[in-house]
Amino acid sequence: MCRLAMKTASEPFSPYDILKAMEAMQEGYDGSGLGLLLRGVEFADFNYQPTQPILSGIAHTEDALRRLNHFMQARGYELKYDHEFDLDLTKIESKDRYKYFVMVYKTPDEWQDLPQDEIDEKLTFTRLAIRRNGEEHNGDLTVFSFWPDVVMIKEVGWPLEVGQALGLDSGRIKSRICMAQGRQNTNYGINLYACHPFFIQGIGTMTNGENTAFVPIRDWLTGRHYPAYVGYQSDSEVFTHILHYVTKKLKLPLQAYKHVITPLKAEELEKHPQGDFLLGLRNSCRRLIIDGPNCVMGSLPDETCILVMDAKKLRPATVGGRDGEWAMASEMCGLDAMIPDRDRHLDFQPMREHTVVIPPERQEFKIWSQFDPFPLPQTA
Amino acid sequence: MVSIRSIPSSPDSLSVKDMPWIVEHDESRCTLCGRCTSVCPVGAIRLSYMRKRMPKIALNSTERGNSFKTFVGIRQRTDVEHRCIGCGMCATVCPNEAIGPVPNPTIDRFRFQSTKGGNAVKRGGRRNTPGPSLLDRIIFDRISMLTDPALDAGRHEFQVNTLLGRVLPPEEYLSRRAKGEWIPPVREIFPFIIGSMSFGALSPNMWLGLLQGVAYCNEVLGIPVVMATGEGGCPPWVLKSKFLKYIILQIASGYFGWDEIIRAIPEMQCDPAAIEIKYGQGAKPGDGGLLMWYKVSKLIARLRGVPEGVDLPSPPVHQTLYSIEESVMKMIQTMSMAWNFRVPVYPKISGSTSAKAVLNNLVRNPYAAGLLIDGIDGGTGAAYNVSMDAMGHPIASNLRECYLDLCAQGRQNEIPLFAAGGVGKNGNVTQNGMALIMLGASGVHMGKYIMQAAAGCLGSEYNRCNVCNIGLCPKGITSQNPKLYRRLDPDEVAQRVVDTFKAINLEIKKIMAPLGRSQSLPIGMSDAIGIDDEAVARRLQIKYVC
Repeated sequence: MCRLAMKTASEPFSPYDILKAMEAMQEGYDGSGLGLLLRGVEFADFNYQPTQPILSGIAHTEDALRRLNHFMQARGYELKYDHEFDLDLTKIESKDRYKYFVMVYKTPDEWQDLPQDEIDEKLTFTRLAIRRNGEEHNGDLTVFSFWPDVVMIKEVGWPLEVGQALGLDSGRIKSRICMAQGRQNTNYGINLYACHPFFIQGIGTMTNGENTAFVPIRDWLTGRHYPAYVGYQSDSEVFTHILHYVTKKLKLPLQAYKHVITPLKAEELEKHPQGDFLLGLRNSCRRLIIDGPNCVMGSLPDETCILVMDAKKLRPATVGGRDGEWAMASEMCGLDAMIPDRDRHLDFQPMREHTVVIPPERQEFKIWSQFDPFPLPQTA
Repeated sequence: MVSIRSIPSSPDSLSVKDMPWIVEHDESRCTLCGRCTSVCPVGAIRLSYMRKRMPKIALNSTERGNSFKTFVGIRQRTDVEHRCIGCGMCATVCPNEAIGPVPNPTIDRFRFQSTKGGNAVKRGGRRNTPGPSLLDRIIFDRISMLTDPALDAGRHEFQVNTLLGRVLPPEEYLSRRAKGEWIPPVREIFPFIIGSMSFGALSPNMWLGLLQGVAYCNEVLGIPVVMATGEGGCPPWVLKSKFLKYIILQIASGYFGWDEIIRAIPEMQCDPAAIEIKYGQGAKPGDGGLLMWYKVSKLIARLRGVPEGVDLPSPPVHQTLYSIEESVMKMIQTMSMAWNFRVPVYPKISGSTSAKAVLNNLVRNPYAAGLLIDGIDGGTGAAYNVSMDAMGHPIASNLRECYLDLCAQGRQNEIPLFAAGGVGKNGNVTQNGMALIMLGASGVHMGKYIMQAAAGCLGSEYNRCNVCNIGLCPKGITSQNPKLYRRLDPDEVAQRVVDTFKAINLEIKKIMAPLGRSQSLPIGMSDAIGIDDEAVARRLQIKYVC
């Protein structure tokens, strides 16, 4: 069982704060993988424009880095900023780390008139092409994200050590949202691509459980033949892709995600005001029903944060904070570490029917129950 | 040496030891009550007078050393028509355990003589392949223990139902919903279905018992079991009852009973669960249905609209169709239209290497609600031995191929595949069914298992009984003779149906819980299964375990 911590605040903060929360929850993971997703990014030594895509990953050899730079240049991306981590590689277990890259690019000029969807696809396919390139060269190049305003870091090891090794405590990178996951390796190998959070087109999620329905879900997603539905080194990657599918491909509201991954029973839907629609949705998306237990935490491009509880409610999760600063964690001690001086009476532990949404304004969090109706577009 | 003509030695003269089943009779325990001979469905044993030698010590030369005594004993007949079928009814009724059949341990000579009159041998029942089936050998090896909290089959909630009906891809569903267009009907049903056995193949009491049991499962236990009728229609009172929603009506190439069904449509209180169009059957692929004349009673004749006492062989193909395109276009659409597109219509085919071709055609037909593939181990009421023994395709690889084909197209949720043929043939019904589900089936049909579990069918894979075809079923399951079917109490059958489904329901949970599954039936969860045969594992794309 893994550990999750996520904080969203109006004032950017250092990811190291979240690593401290991970440290507080140390019982729950084995150091087989740590992942960080930063959104709403600020660099101390660069005036970052949030429309510029940031490429995050690891070059394991000098040759890989050279290839990467050549690759990006050839596609017309202009490097605007290359973040230099204050590295201390002695604290990293793996010995094949040549460079952790967080590089800001300017997209090619000819993209200016392209519709946003097309730009999104181009960025995604660039990331996939880099990933493939790495895979074709014995995995010497690992790429986590290529998206505006998102930085991702993944490494094997313990949170504070990884943080110190990368100099994250220096405060040179800050963000308004930080997601962190400490992995307890279960079924699948130790692999950087298996570390949460998972990311696709602005959507990032992480979870603390095992999804036993993984194989049928993977088979179905793969059958969409959408090039970005690949990977699946971890059973939890499907949560991210399902959220992407529901919100981007089906263009359904966020609430529909809960109805897709953990639909209500037929007899419950009979009483639901939107039961007829939801029953049909459940049938159509039947292969996307997850089998947790899982608590899924995620963040979206508009800086909305969500927490979706699975139907078994066998995984813990808690939300708390105050105006302008909210956090979610799989354990109470994680939440305490992130926002110690909050009103604990306002903390909330979601149950099986709940989705918690923290809107970008960060004034409050909203609890939405699956039994309640939700606004559906005219199309539904 | 005696002359050849003085001993009975025609080609078909058989001795008791040449018969497939040998009746062992212990004269010392027999009270000559005659129950065995009267109950024997084929008259294989008879009371006969015999003479035996009584040795005694002769005290003088004028006296003979032996005397002879006449007595009444049980003897087995050795002619083809009266061969013992091994049903064991004699043993069941014998008050003294004095009699019972045993299988011939050698290759019997009977089989070479059984084609008397030039008739190829027919039988009912099963394929007769004893030993563990391939499905029996599939094990569930992905156990959630420490990586996940194990689930409790007795306490947690489980979603075990499946869907029968054409499911739209999500994009299409939303688009049709927005435009107010037709959305195909989908039924939520229990994944173990009572497979098609016709009213005609089954006795009225058996059929009634099944229906009562199914209704109880649905209405009292909340287990949405459905049963398929087979070809032969459905009694009019059922058609007009509220129980019709638990019934899958089958239409096959003989169209028997459909006159009554169509006439009853305006008076139906509810829609049937589905319509099954039978193109093929696992037990006798490429051969039509067969109800032999013995079973065409007055009731059956009326229901099917035929004269009494004639053989009812259905043609091997639907006569109005000459191609798959036509079958897909016309038949499915016509049946859908009959109920105004409110009832799922799906075809049933025999397991075959051509199954994928049929499937691909169905994928492109917006009205096709699923596909049922019946493997070679499927049972039947009547078929030629050669068809049952040698024709067809085992279900596991056939189903798996079709499922993987759907996966490659991303359509595995759209056309549910149902599997049949040997599910529970050795009693492991839930294990067999769940193995097929994890290979990709949305559900399974079972016939023989239900007959055995719910009505005590005597058949076994050792060619025991298997006389379903001639209406002599000693348990009254497949007979139209009131003297025989009155042996079967419908209430008792219903009770056993309920027992059976309750047990299957619990066993499903006992399989799903350790796998960490409870939210949906683990269709296609191939990472959970393994088999101790490398070649099979490779073919099915599952794990080889040893």
